[in-house]
Amino acid sequence: MILQNAVWAIALVGIGLVALGFIHVIIQAGKPADEAATRKSTRTAHILQAWLFVVLFVGFVAGSWATLRHFPIPPQRGTLDARQVVDVVGRQWSWQMKPDTVRAGSAVEFRVTSDDVNHGFALYAPDGRIVTQVQAMPGYTNKLLHTFQQPGTYTVQCLEYCGLGHAPMKTTLKVVAAGGE
Amino acid sequence: MASLTMYPADERLAGRDRVAFNLYIITAVALFVLMMLVGLTMRMTQAKWLDVPPGLFYELLSMHGAGMVGTISLATTAVMWFFLRKYVRLHLWAFVANYVLFLLGALCIIVSIFGYGYGALWTFLYPLPVHGVGMWTADSSALFMLGYLLIGVGSLLFYLDAAAAIIKVHGNLGRALGLQWLFGGKIDPDHPKAVVASTMVIITNSLGILAGAVVLVMSLVNIFYPQVVLNALVAKNLIYWFGHMYINATIYMGVIAVYELLPRYTGKPYPISRPFLWSWAVSTVFVVIVFPHHLLMDFAQPRWLAIMGQVVSWGAGFPVFLVTAYGALTNIYRSNIRWTMPSRLMILSVFGWAAGIVPAILDGTIRINSVMHNTQWVPGHFHFYILLGVLAMALSLMFHEIGSRAHAAPNSRADRMGFPVYLIGGLIFVFGFLDGGRVSVPRRMAEHLQAWTFSDKIGSVGAILVVLAMLYFALRITVGLLKPPSPSLVPESVPEPVPMPMPSPSPGVVGVGTTNAAG
Repeated sequence: MILQNAVWAIALVGIGLVALGFIHVIIQAGKPADEAATRKSTRTAHILQAWLFVVLFVGFVAGSWATLRHFPIPPQRGTLDARQVVDVVGRQWSWQMKPDTVRAGSAVEFRVTSDDVNHGFALYAPDGRIVTQVQAMPGYTNKLLHTFQQPGTYTVQCLEYCGLGHAPMKTTLKVVAAGGE
Repeated sequence: MASLTMYPADERLAGRDRVAFNLYIITAVALFVLMMLVGLTMRMTQAKWLDVPPGLFYELLSMHGAGMVGTISLATTAVMWFFLRKYVRLHLWAFVANYVLFLLGALCIIVSIFGYGYGALWTFLYPLPVHGVGMWTADSSALFMLGYLLIGVGSLLFYLDAAAAIIKVHGNLGRALGLQWLFGGKIDPDHPKAVVASTMVIITNSLGILAGAVVLVMSLVNIFYPQVVLNALVAKNLIYWFGHMYINATIYMGVIAVYELLPRYTGKPYPISRPFLWSWAVSTVFVVIVFPHHLLMDFAQPRWLAIMGQVVSWGAGFPVFLVTAYGALTNIYRSNIRWTMPSRLMILSVFGWAAGIVPAILDGTIRINSVMHNTQWVPGHFHFYILLGVLAMALSLMFHEIGSRAHAAPNSRADRMGFPVYLIGGLIFVFGFLDGGRVSVPRRMAEHLQAWTFSDKIGSVGAILVVLAMLYFALRITVGLLKPPSPSLVPESVPEPVPMPMPSPSPGVVGVGTTNAAG
């Protein structure tokens, strides 16, 4: 499943659950409660709050473990031992990328920096979705590690606003099938 | 404990207080309409319904960002002042000085943008302000930054006056936050939530403004002495530390309206509690240390900062869901609440905050940020909690206050029509952004591909509805505020609420949480 679609689904479910909670309470809000009913609903609310805490806490711990166990950002010091290395320099408003062709199936190390202002090095797959990105910052070289699964022509689009020519600041990266040129 | 009287005498605005409050609010609602029109222009340009050249688009974007952040801060500062002055002695000169400095700062910003073409956005991300490449000059950036400094000095003056007044009553800021009751002891039931929230804002936003002042001065030095080169990563950290806390402070100032007003409309007591104090104490720390989630794609950052950014972003959901939203819902539940504009807006505001944090938490996850950072997902989540959350909080006080100056509750037929237009328009608008994020549409971009325009058009339709509703709100509030106060203070059609029996404090009561704004 495309990551963006999964994120969209999770967001809709989360927002939907919050909305359902509000709708339920709003429907009930117009009904006055006597003292006994108020006592009962207060007790119930305490219990539900405790359960909500447990659910959120389990989700917090499990989610943090699952998303940070394999840290998504590669080490920035030392070599990454990738077979393919691409040096990327951003400047207002063009990309310099050497080489501009890589192979699918094995990791590519992008060494990304900037000559002038901050830029965003975003790789768009042929279907138009972002597959990964990193910032290009003057004075720093950020190392991005990515393995392309599908060959094709990927678009490099600047994703950090950098002035008048920000939108047209793009180029292409050719990804060939493993073993291809 | 917050009053259950609809219009208590100690809240009454008279004389110069009334003039100052009116100036704040009328300026704010007028600016909201103008800035929304700017935003609508940009969305319609992206939808290809308007043809705005990129240079002007980025000027409008700079104006919209700086203008909206400043205006929502102005409006919520008025909320904080309105309620805090009941509990501590604030000096009117500090409140007015903040307003005057805001106007002077706004003037600098407007001239720098529309007079000299400044287009480096509200974030003035170093070293872009000195790389206008013909679109703007370094001098225009300096003028823009001077505007920020003036606004920051105004905010600091107001906070320092508030801090001194709070310390005079409560001894120190820790006691005002209620830290002495975190682990035990009998909580003073009369300890005002407005004082707790204001203290948190003073601590965090003063730090944020000082960080902003440091990076602004560093940037100004760089402008006038280009041989002094800054570290881009340090500058970015300072900018987002400042920016995150400044915009988050608006939520914490705005939510004071919910604490104070909600019990008056539900008729239920809204007592302070230990979970409430914990949520504010935790959020005071969280809001200071959560900012690295804005730099998750800056791999040169130390790893621990990135981890902290994600973990704190996720943890920020606890106070919001468990205390803020849950407490508000508990107070509303079977309360026989009177549905008028203030109560509607308060419920909407808590929903907007709680729901808006869901896409924010997702974006604060490093793996997800690698495909969502700087896409329209980001304006999607922050418009969710600002438009439907913070602005609704401020509007609830404005409508409540105009109710005190009329003999009818703010619940006219036009009000009842305006609210759903705002709500539905707002939802369409933010989901247009979120859908843009789903399909990888970049944010902050003047020229959109044809394939991206579907979500732009959806967003534009929502924005039109929001602008229409806000235009009505602005007129209604302005006319209402200019009326003389009602002699009785209590409008005839709004009877005094009858407190509901409450055997024990609502769990958590309304609390607080750190809102994410990963970008």
